[in-house]
Amino acid sequence: MMEIGTLHYLLVGAALFIIGMVGVITRRNVVIIFMSIELMLSAVNLNLLAFSRLYGLHGQVFALFIAADAAAEAAVGLGILIAFFRNRATVNMDDVDLLKW
Amino acid sequence: MTPVATPFFFYFLSGVAILSAIVMVTKVNPVHSALALIVTLLASAGLYLMLYAPFMAGVQIVLYAGGILVMFLFVMMLVNIEHLYVEKMLNRQWVVGLMATAVLALLMMGALVHGSKSLPQQIINHTEQNNVQEVGLLLYGRTTGYYMFPFEIASVLLLVAVVGAVVMAKRRV
Repeated sequence: MMEIGTLHYLLVGAALFIIGMVGVITRRNVVIIFMSIELMLSAVNLNLLAFSRLYGLHGQVFALFIAADAAAEAAVGLGILIAFFRNRATVNMDDVDLLKW
Repeated sequence: MTPVATPFFFYFLSGVAILSAIVMVTKVNPVHSALALIVTLLASAGLYLMLYAPFMAGVQIVLYAGGILVMFLFVMMLVNIEHLYVEKMLNRQWVVGLMATAVLALLMMGALVHGSKSLPQQIINHTEQNNVQEVGLLLYGRTTGYYMFPFEIASVLLLVAVVGAVVMAKRRV
């Protein structure tokens, strides 16, 4: 039985990362932008686990740290989203312009 | 022991992951996007299992698909979404953004395909039976705990995130 090569996993991770980046750049809804960021972090985790198959278990520990970081980022981001929605009654990224001159 | 990483499962799981990621980015309703994102995360948990990382697969299901996505759905209940169907889905710079992303995608594909020749061909077969023990030894072991200090910093990070989320979501501090 053939093992799947590392390049395949890296390409899948790159594809997921690119799709998440398209979501971050092109969408207006802040919730979907947050979800795209989660998708990008998960794609990075896939890369780390693919490398941990080559270089030892340290990649899995690092992926665990990235998962903790994703949880922290989601909590803070959704807190910001609720505060923003209370002030402006919208979730569009274009309207986040209070600091623009 | 035969590996679980058969090509059929790999292509099936990665196809499901990529297709539902595309669905997530293109749906108007954020609730549909969240459901598609759950499918993507579960499929990538299956890919983690094929990479001999059952602990990270469990963390992916419990933390991402179980915790973070429920939090997203909970926040979407607070934010009204009816008007999303009548206004524009994409922002002004989406053409430029797509072109820049395409350039980055070509760059990444080229770098990966070109640079993967220098990767080691030898694949370490981690044993799945004591994966959790080995990850735990790297985190907490008396002599092998390389990551004990970063782990404590991660706990402080989570504490700061919880306090920050409460402070920002409260009406009046």
